Amino acid sequence: MKIGVITYPGTLDDRDAQRAIKLAGATPVPLWHASDDLKGIDAVVLPGGFSYGDYLRCGAIAAQAPATKEVIIKAEKGLPILGICNGFQVLVEAHLLPGGLIRNEKQHFVCRDQRLRVENSDTRWTGMFSENEEITIPLKNGEGGYIADDETLKYLEDENLIAFRYLDVNPNGSMNEIAGLSNKQGNIVGLMPHPEHAVEPGFGPDTPIATRSGIDGLRFFQSVIGQVVG
Amino acid sequence: MPKIIVEIMPKQDLLDPQGKAVANALKRAGNSEIDATRIGKRIELHYKEQPTEEDLEKAKELAKDFLSNSVIEDVVDVYIEDQN
Repeated sequence: MKIGVITYPGTLDDRDAQRAIKLAGATPVPLWHASDDLKGIDAVVLPGGFSYGDYLRCGAIAAQAPATKEVIIKAEKGLPILGICNGFQVLVEAHLLPGGLIRNEKQHFVCRDQRLRVENSDTRWTGMFSENEEITIPLKNGEGGYIADDETLKYLEDENLIAFRYLDVNPNGSMNEIAGLSNKQGNIVGLMPHPEHAVEPGFGPDTPIATRSGIDGLRFFQSVIGQVVG
Repeated sequence: MPKIIVEIMPKQDLLDPQGKAVANALKRAGNSEIDATRIGKRIELHYKEQPTEEDLEKAKELAKDFLSNSVIEDVVDVYIEDQN
């Protein structure tokens, strides 16, 4: 199985995402923002970072990139898409997910191991989690405050499209503690925390068992592999 | 240079942390008459020739679809700048 990772100018976590894909058992395929050739991939990750220096709005220029335009076309045909942090911002700017992401409520850049509750395990990227499972995934963002109008929030709640909620603390002022969303078809998932930073023992968040042993992020990638192949 | 100006502001009911921080600094500096500050964007579109009404219509579309995000921002104005 081939999972693409798009690199935009200013992307930071493309290599980590590629490594996570490899550890999960698939083949990472580097994709360049300026090309509309998606190289026959079966799924795609829009990684974290600061594409185009966050100019205009976070993710706004990346949403117009040739590679993204192609992803938008394929999204309708069911291509599994995971947007992480800046990638989530790109998905929102590309109107693949509703709402918007604004500067953190307290204005600070937040970097912490964040506990989350998996609210929807019925998506292409969360199938290996159990419903309401609590996981720990590193979070690092300056503009991660999720907002949407009342109507959109109601739609997200009613349709069970809130994939992840923040637990313990709301680190960025997100409405309804929203950490991540999916679309109705379940092929598109976007979240602010970084699953690709919790995939290898020794380099993940601390757990009660051992420091840096958390690998809850691995199952995002294993989920899509399992579901596409099986 | 002939220009079309696009003015964008964060939505009124949305917290504008940047504006809040600037307002606090202004107050600290003794400008107690200023109650609040909100910070938006002015984007200049430069044209080789004097922009037409058609250019203006197109700029309005661009302002709505790309230069702003209607979830978090309002387009306040799009206008051809007077050359004089």
